[in-house]
Amino acid sequence: MQRDEEVFLIGEDIGHYGGLFRVTRNLLDEFGEKRVLDTPISEQAFMGMALGAATVGMRPVVELMYMDFTLVAADQIFNQIAKYRYMTGGLLKVPLVIRGQQGGGKRYGSQHSQSVDSLYAHFPGIRVVAPATPYDAKGLLKTAIRDDNPVAFLEHKMLYFTRGEAPSPEEEYLIPLGKADVKRVGTDVTIVTFSFCLLQAMEAAQVLEEQHGINCEVVDLRTVEPMDTETVWESVAKTGRLLAVHESYANCGMGAELVARAYEEAPELLHAPARRLGMAPVSIPVSRVLEEEALPWKEEIIATVLEMARQ
Amino acid sequence: MKPVENTESAGTVAEDVGQSASEASTQSGSVSAPASITTDVLPSASAIDFEVPALPTEILLEMYRKAVTIRLMEQALLAAAEEGQIGGAMHTAIGHEANAVGAAYALRPGDYVTCTYRGHHHGLAWGMDPGRAIAEVMGRSDGFAKGKGGSMHFVSPEHGMMGANGIVAAQVPHAAGLALSSHLRGEDRVAITFFGDGALFQGVMHETFNIAAKWKLPLIFYCENNRYSEMTPIWRTSSIEDIFLFPRSYGMATMQIDGNDVEVVHAAVSLAAERARSGSGPTFIEGITYRLAGHMAGDLETYRPPEEVEKQEAYGPLNVLRAKLKARGIDEKSLAGIDAEVDDLVDDAVEFAEKSPWPDTAETYRDVFVESGSG
Repeated sequence: MQRDEEVFLIGEDIGHYGGLFRVTRNLLDEFGEKRVLDTPISEQAFMGMALGAATVGMRPVVELMYMDFTLVAADQIFNQIAKYRYMTGGLLKVPLVIRGQQGGGKRYGSQHSQSVDSLYAHFPGIRVVAPATPYDAKGLLKTAIRDDNPVAFLEHKMLYFTRGEAPSPEEEYLIPLGKADVKRVGTDVTIVTFSFCLLQAMEAAQVLEEQHGINCEVVDLRTVEPMDTETVWESVAKTGRLLAVHESYANCGMGAELVARAYEEAPELLHAPARRLGMAPVSIPVSRVLEEEALPWKEEIIATVLEMARQ
Repeated sequence: MKPVENTESAGTVAEDVGQSASEASTQSGSVSAPASITTDVLPSASAIDFEVPALPTEILLEMYRKAVTIRLMEQALLAAAEEGQIGGAMHTAIGHEANAVGAAYALRPGDYVTCTYRGHHHGLAWGMDPGRAIAEVMGRSDGFAKGKGGSMHFVSPEHGMMGANGIVAAQVPHAAGLALSSHLRGEDRVAITFFGDGALFQGVMHETFNIAAKWKLPLIFYCENNRYSEMTPIWRTSSIEDIFLFPRSYGMATMQIDGNDVEVVHAAVSLAAERARSGSGPTFIEGITYRLAGHMAGDLETYRPPEEVEKQEAYGPLNVLRAKLKARGIDEKSLAGIDAEVDDLVDDAVEFAEKSPWPDTAETYRDVFVESGSG
């Protein structure tokens, strides 16, 4: 925002309140009311307004308070923003970012805990970014804002409560979209994941090594669309085993996509059937025990890797 | 009924046209009272009274040429659709011409427009080339969007035409965003968005009314009230038929005008633009008009009797404009001369479009993303 005056933030309770999850805290004081715009609860309208402003070169960063509200603004996001460049034959571009938090773990229930990464990735025309560490979040968010395409920047509510390697505020760095990062080097099974599931996968990998002697390599996609399959295939070439893990539904999800591509593009690398883990095909329940049962977290990752290791 | 020749006040004209709509609806056997559009702006704080100054005759002649170009292009497109040259849904603006032409002449280069899938008239009024427009509808490579957008997605940023839209009311927040950009950048550009009476019942319309009014965006909401939401008259879908009551409830100034009279439209949009540029915020204009052709090519038009269309034809924008010009001493021969010139121009445009090559199939995969990435 300091670098480019065309960048502005727009969304619900982001200014005076500082964002429901405090992501935009103090930005109104620093940048003023023309850069940080508090809207009424009108997701369709402010999403469409962001599109309009973006077509003339502004760079709106739209906050959805919960990424579940993607579905409220779905026409503007998928019918308009994603398609605008294509429908206009390349005459217009839409450099905007849609950001907000998604995911389970805080017992918000069916309409405030969904993961929409696979949904966004289904539509051509939108980049989809879902970082897991503070370092990646900063580097990718800056790249997303500077990108000339619409970018869905998916945060995770559980990650707001984690700490990681923090960059110094002065340090200028960008992380390119579409580049995965190997977060743990291993030899036996490749776990491909992103967002909060990365932390779950890292913990699972620790347990698998210490208790079962299975050495997992963990690949953090960081960008879901485009998907860096090159890095994934390099890893699978070492391990021969591929497990995709994410919190959006397993059914028709990114894991299904990655596994399908593995069989299409690199079947010779697989020594055992490739697998995917995702959210169970249910609406997300509130009760702690039910929510944990439905989410594809650490214990499920461990169990699946153990099955794969036996094959 | 005779064409309106001399417009003293917009209210009178709206009343006259409104009565013809009422009669027509009664004839079609309506069980409920037809839409009353005889009410002009209510006496409230947001009511706007306005004068309609006479435009110079040479401007009126230019407008006439433009309106005839739209009419003849639309007729040529309908003929091409009959021949099977056009796929999908194509919605012509026959009868709507004055709304587009009057508004386009009232705004400046640099201003923005968005509109509905019934948007050919806006495209041409804002300066798009008929040949390339027809090529776009036919899916040819010389179309503005290389044939990817078609009839429902006219776009030409160089003319301020920022996009027609296939989803009812979706273009409305886009115009609010364009107006917002002008506001945030401290520019004096205004945005105008066109929509139909049917769009009044989309949620995003009301969301945008509220934000635009609260933020005082330099925006003009222009409702082309052609009496039918696709195939359904308003009295079948809403208990409120005076549609200006909706924007007024969001604190917005409203005007109800004769959308078939270019001078009235020009005056109303000029005033709304002046208000927008001076920081007074958005204005809602209801241009009463009538769609003289079907909702789309191939519409069976079972929802209205032919007599209703005939009656409205007399009030059509071209007849209104011809009457004005004749009253200023322009004779029938001069007008026929313009008609003939435009006819040739449209023939050439059709020929250009028909000769335009199909796009290279590689084009299918282009323009999904900006190839270069960061900007």
